[in-house]
Amino acid sequence: MTGDPGKRGERLPFGIMGAGLATIERRIPNEEPPPLPPNPDLRVIGRNVPRQNGREKVTGAIRYTGDIALQGMLHARILRSTVPSARVLNVDLEAALCHLGVRAAITLAHPGNRVTEYVRYVGMPIAALAAVSPEAAAEALALIRIDMQKLPFVTDMDGAQTASAPHVFAPDVAPNGHPSGFPAPADLPLRGNVRGPTVERRGDVGYGFSTADVIVEGKYRTHVQTHCCMETHGIVADWRDDGLTVYISTQFTAGIRRELADAFGLRLAQVRVIVDGMGGGFGSKSTLGRYGWIAVALSREAHAPVRLILSRAEEQVDSGNRPETSQQLKIGARRDGTLTAIALSSCGSAGVGLGAGVGDMASSLYTCPNFESTHTDVFVNAGPGCAMRAPGNVPGAFSLEQSIDELAEQLGFDPLALRDRIDPSPVRREERRIGALRFDWHRKRRRTGAPGPIKRGVGVAQSHWGAYVQLDSACEVRLMRDGSVEVLSGVQDIGTGITTVLAQTVAEVFGLEARDIVVRIGDTDFPAGPPSYGSRTTASITPPARTAAWHVLQALFRAAGPLLGTMPAKLVARDGFIMAGHDPAKRLRFSDVCADLRTDSISAIASRQDDYGGFGRQYGNAATAQRDLGGVQFAEVTVDTETGVIFVERVLAVHDCGRPMNPLQIESQVHGGVLMGLSFALFEHRVLDPRTGHVLNPNLEAYKFAGARDAPAIEVIVLQNYQASSATDAYGIAEPSIIPTAPAIANAVYNATGVRLRTTPMTPAVVLSALGRRPKAEASS
Amino acid sequence: MISRRTFIPRSDLPVAAARPGSGAAGDRSPKEPETATRRDVIAAQGPDAVAMTLTVNGIARMFEAEPRVTLAEALRGALALTGTKIACNRGTCSSCTVWLDGTPIVSCMILAVDVGNRAVTTIEGLIRDGNLHPAQAAFIGHDAIQCGFCTPGMVMSCAALLDRDPRPTRDAVLAAISGHLCRCGTYPHVVAATLAASEEAKS
Ligand code: FES
Ligand code: FES
Repeated sequence: MTGDPGKRGERLPFGIMGAGLATIERRIPNEEPPPLPPNPDLRVIGRNVPRQNGREKVTGAIRYTGDIALQGMLHARILRSTVPSARVLNVDLEAALCHLGVRAAITLAHPGNRVTEYVRYVGMPIAALAAVSPEAAAEALALIRIDMQKLPFVTDMDGAQTASAPHVFAPDVAPNGHPSGFPAPADLPLRGNVRGPTVERRGDVGYGFSTADVIVEGKYRTHVQTHCCMETHGIVADWRDDGLTVYISTQFTAGIRRELADAFGLRLAQVRVIVDGMGGGFGSKSTLGRYGWIAVALSREAHAPVRLILSRAEEQVDSGNRPETSQQLKIGARRDGTLTAIALSSCGSAGVGLGAGVGDMASSLYTCPNFESTHTDVFVNAGPGCAMRAPGNVPGAFSLEQSIDELAEQLGFDPLALRDRIDPSPVRREERRIGALRFDWHRKRRRTGAPGPIKRGVGVAQSHWGAYVQLDSACEVRLMRDGSVEVLSGVQDIGTGITTVLAQTVAEVFGLEARDIVVRIGDTDFPAGPPSYGSRTTASITPPARTAAWHVLQALFRAAGPLLGTMPAKLVARDGFIMAGHDPAKRLRFSDVCADLRTDSISAIASRQDDYGGFGRQYGNAATAQRDLGGVQFAEVTVDTETGVIFVERVLAVHDCGRPMNPLQIESQVHGGVLMGLSFALFEHRVLDPRTGHVLNPNLEAYKFAGARDAPAIEVIVLQNYQASSATDAYGIAEPSIIPTAPAIANAVYNATGVRLRTTPMTPAVVLSALGRRPKAEASS
Repeated sequence: MISRRTFIPRSDLPVAAARPGSGAAGDRSPKEPETATRRDVIAAQGPDAVAMTLTVNGIARMFEAEPRVTLAEALRGALALTGTKIACNRGTCSSCTVWLDGTPIVSCMILAVDVGNRAVTTIEGLIRDGNLHPAQAAFIGHDAIQCGFCTPGMVMSCAALLDRDPRPTRDAVLAAISGHLCRCGTYPHVVAATLAASEEAKS
């Protein structure tokens, strides 16, 4: 084992700060920097450093895609279908092309082509054009003539599974597999609109249930949630003879570059993708998308830059969504709490897309020898779903964590005590312990029901998410002769704060302040960065940033050694000085040492190495760490049993993300997760009209998401959970923070009312009908 | 087909800048312009681009735009002040909040031609003598920012509140931002920042 000459032994911090933090020996590659001590011993990492681009954001100076105006830029619009299913017989662009100011128009539905001649949902693009002004484009759009033959359609998931339902796709043109978000495997059978099943099995559930003392079973439904990024999808495409430059609101510059090169027959070196300000993605801006392709095609056609910004209505209908699901979950346990079997049968619909699975909550969160799940995807005539913040695990947690709550009650366990028995994670165990104390869980649970219509209750639920890493993540660090430092990577900041975290990472190495570091990211001219999805950005890009900075520092030490009369290996960088480690009086200003550099700058590029202890799972360019990301959330709610209104008063969110890099930014992201989870639980609901296939609420007033007055008091506790896995040991937080919110609220509602709500959103109508105060039929309308 | 272009010249209805109870909290609708004056203006203009003058951030700016262009569009387009954001374009989200004579309004719900000689203040105009408004500084300090897309609008409402009431209650802050939508979930930090800015103003 010790034989590999490319590696050396190091001892790294391992475990939870305050709960038995120790060290562990790891063999790490020689090019990697020395171990980073725990946060209390650091000066910049782990501190609440203000957001690097905060000033630009509060002054409106930062440029989002829609703020970019190029010389001679045209404005594009997409003509979208107003019917849910049709065969396009003819598209006539003639009149539109003659309209004043129109420069290019393209057809997207091609009569005679078996794949593209069909329209399959309201909002599906049929044609597009670019004109000199948005107004001219809108006018010309009305001049495009479409002849269509309307076809039967189906928009509800249950109806789509019946034998008489119209088929959304012929088998040979249906999407076959789906790589991102919650993936759907290729080559599964398609019968009518039902694709699958995907089956996962371990042990023998039949035997497991036969040995159970208690069995709980329930049917759960979750609805379609839309991403509602405040910045709608947008792109400015600039096609030139010598290459293509694209400004796009994206979560993955490197991925967009690859997609564009493939789609337009270009070399990677001919494509440049840029994003600066990015107004939220939540999974929906992971790929180029149809709209992106359209803008580039129009730019190529018109020989001019083209800007295409989706309207709010387009955004709500055709930019992805969290698929709806229906889940039947059955869990068996022995009297001592040990789980004997879990059986999950689910179906979900991502409209005309795939990937409506319910994640790995049921299969992975708790120890259970016998497990079986079957899942089918159902096609309906609605806009395609896509990954949305913790795809799969949000609906998966809603069913699992309520079932565990139910099980605890039937076994006579406190919900936390049952989890102590069946959850193998030492991290969540600590999170439950800390959380119960802070929340005053045991006293609040004992509280007996108050008289009067307002009932109060508390509930808890847990999170589980893979600690993802993108392997092809790279970063360059440059030190200039005047002592200034640049960090360069294609990685993008979608609001999570990676810009600041990169500055902190590099500043720590050089003994500088974060504000001394210039971070240039979101541009494929720099080394390819990771995507900002799967909560993997921090884990993927901070280790190479630290490694590259460390290499630059070693070069600087070689220059400084002679100046200080000290061996380079004995030097340290701290507080803006380079000094001899044993004799801090022997020191030079950082900038003075740089002024003496032989070259104008020193630069190093590093890429993500494997986790030091190895990965849990590796697939393609991504991997997961050995341990998952945890999280436990406690919710306190009131339920007005007369109006049916649930109000969430307080949420305590206890989480872990390896080494916390910037606690204040982490808190911000957890607020976002909790609020989006709360909003999913109580408010959001995309409504499709079954008679027309139209989305009835393609806006932000009838599609309601949580506002300031809906926000509970949110307390955030983040563990320092050192895993000895990389040069920074940091992981992400975005997705773990949304997973447990909805079931924690549902469990609290149960605690308050004795009524279990297995359907989202838990609207007043749902509450009243569950309480028997409203006829069922009315409630479901 | 009736579009804004065809509808407005024919209509005698005043065009409200904000729906009651929408985006704007109660105090946010701009003062109605003199209906007679406005109709005169419209009768004489459009549909093609016309010359307009807006006083924005203390400077009179002349530009050409079609009369159907909203204030938000004029600011972002002809005047290249892109700090003001459009996220819904129908008065729901308050991302496009600017001040008219010091009062926050949603700029997607008023036509540029209807602004008249009222003073427009945008996020770009909030810095005074190179100094951030206390609300802006507090937003940075409390990390009341994530993606930042809703931030200019939030800042405009919180800054207006602080200018009007240097020591607002928590409820007053919630009222000021209750029409603002933020998908990233900055509300708790926005409230904390605004309350802290008021305390700093106090001391
Ligand atoms: S309120 Fe004007 S853009 Fe939403
Ligand atoms: S910060 Fe992203 S929408 Fe508010």
